[in-house]
Amino acid sequence: MELDKLAEMDLRMGKANQEIFAETLEKLAAKDRDIVAVTSDSRGSGKLVPFGQKFPQQIVEVGIAEQNLVGVAAGLASAGKKAFAVSPACFLTARALEQIKNDVAYSDNPVKLVGISAGVSYGALGTTHHSLHDFAALRAINNLIIVAPADNFETEQAVLLASQSSSPVYLRFGKKAMPFLSEENQKFEFGKARIVREGSDLTIIANGETVYPAWKAAKALDERHGISAKVVSMHTIKPLDTQLLDGLAAKRKPIITVEEHMVNGGLGEACASYLFQKGARNRFQIMGIPDEYTVTGSQMEILGHYGISPEGILARAEQLLK
Amino acid sequence: MTDSELKIKSVLLRKNLLKYIYKAKAGHTGGSLSCVDTLNVLYNRVLNVDPADFKNPNRDRYIQSKGHCVEALFVTLADRGFFPESDLETLCQYQSHYIGHPTKKVNGVEQNTGALGHGLPICVGEAIAAKLDGKSHRVFTLLGDGEMPEGSNWEAFLSAAHYKLDNLYAILDNNKQQITGSNQEVMNTDSLREKLEAFGWAVREVDGHDLDQLEKALNQGPLEAGKPSFVIAHTIKGKGISYMESVLKWHHGVPSPEQYELAMTELDTAEAQI
Ligand SMILES: Cc1ncc(C[n+]2csc(CCOP(=O)(O)OP(=O)(O)O)c2C)c(N)n1
Ligand SMILES: [Mg+2]
Repeated sequence: MELDKLAEMDLRMGKANQEIFAETLEKLAAKDRDIVAVTSDSRGSGKLVPFGQKFPQQIVEVGIAEQNLVGVAAGLASAGKKAFAVSPACFLTARALEQIKNDVAYSDNPVKLVGISAGVSYGALGTTHHSLHDFAALRAINNLIIVAPADNFETEQAVLLASQSSSPVYLRFGKKAMPFLSEENQKFEFGKARIVREGSDLTIIANGETVYPAWKAAKALDERHGISAKVVSMHTIKPLDTQLLDGLAAKRKPIITVEEHMVNGGLGEACASYLFQKGARNRFQIMGIPDEYTVTGSQMEILGHYGISPEGILARAEQLLK
Repeated sequence: MTDSELKIKSVLLRKNLLKYIYKAKAGHTGGSLSCVDTLNVLYNRVLNVDPADFKNPNRDRYIQSKGHCVEALFVTLADRGFFPESDLETLCQYQSHYIGHPTKKVNGVEQNTGALGHGLPICVGEAIAAKLDGKSHRVFTLLGDGEMPEGSNWEAFLSAAHYKLDNLYAILDNNKQQITGSNQEVMNTDSLREKLEAFGWAVREVDGHDLDQLEKALNQGPLEAGKPSFVIAHTIKGKGISYMESVLKWHHGVPSPEQYELAMTELDTAEAQI
């Protein structure tokens, strides 16, 4: 993988975002006894085993019972605890969807829902373990901030902000190590996209673990064709950064969105819905997992199959700019 | 098949499941080793299923709720001739139907499972349908003990007793462990027998590695007329491999080359002793 080598030389490699989540939560818990992690036999995958050892009074284990997990977290939050309900994104956002809708969002209990190993992180474990529906399902629920951080910096910031948030928040993390995508742009706010690479010919809007392949594709576009592509980490998919989208609409340059989610109801459709109701005339392409039985294989094989890879994004950009 | 041939098959199935987990570098080793004796008895002594005519509407149904232990299921199905064992060379590979959970793309698999707490409700539906249609086939599921806290199981326990589903058999692979620790530590589900009896089920406890006890519990009709049957199979996670038995990390641990050799040697010895 030529493109992979090319990018890795430039970026400082970090850890998996879900590891940073756990480390940040430990730091918070040490200073604040109201921080409580709620787990459903999920502390291993959530990297929370050390947390459980250090703060046994600040972890509530409910066993394999995700509906109970979210309900219990809602009660804890209602009683003033900063409750982080941590479970694989697939179970958290499908099994416990009604608890999220009623007990968290509608009842306005500021639970911090943490979906780990999101998207197709679980690879060959198959569709039961993939979360390709979570943006769509959760976007249709009022009173929920939805965030998929791209790198370790965004992750740490998102966890800090979530701990202070008076609204319910959903944080979505993957389990692959991520590089620091921009050492310069160190601003982070929910609802304000982070530009990780400047460019003027084309914009790639991505979130979560897909910002990295988008960054690689942008670098290749520059080196191979002298095309300058802006890469945006739209970490907050709700509320969307409409100011940024207004700016893109005004420039009329092509836009590609990339997400580790089904194309139905995710980042791409959120952007398209805003842009085209505003009368935007940009050429626009959504890259994501199509509405079909997902191909089987590892995370990288699945993403590669659907072009959610540096090569795939590069090819789509080349095609769009022809 | 004689009783001792059946015992030898259990050893063979253990070897096979380890072989494919080792090759795929992935799998749920401990829980596959704890339930493989149950699968052996089900597919070789209990279930009325025909690999060449799997879709026969009168077949017995087996839906594996603890889907993560798919390796035990796949090697048992291959051994019964549902598909060539060599298919398992592709386990977990790109575009293979043999993934880390049961899928209907594989001949012999009833339902796509893997998220815990789904098998039993589907079985209740199958069992009700059999009753409605006046059919005599039976419906079986295999549950993990860590899976018991899922509320859907308890909803289905009620339904099964309510509809007097004596054609339904739930087997609990009671290996006492899950991912984080023991069931006791993670979520206490003590007095399961009493709980289930209070829910209207007939319950029997067996040694889940004793093929004869398993067969008697599963193959002589409902434990009690007019009630669904719940068989608590007391098992050991990682059963058969000394260094894996009741050791937590083998939930989804994959053996190193040396560990793999050792495991095979232990199984050779076990086979020789039968
Ligand atoms: C709904 C759901 N939540 C969580 C998981 C992740 N998971 C897979 S196996 C497992 C532990 C299962 O323990 P147990 O039922 O005791 O299985 P066994 O010991 O037989 O392997 C967990 C939490 C899952 N597959 N489905
Ligand atoms: Mg168990």
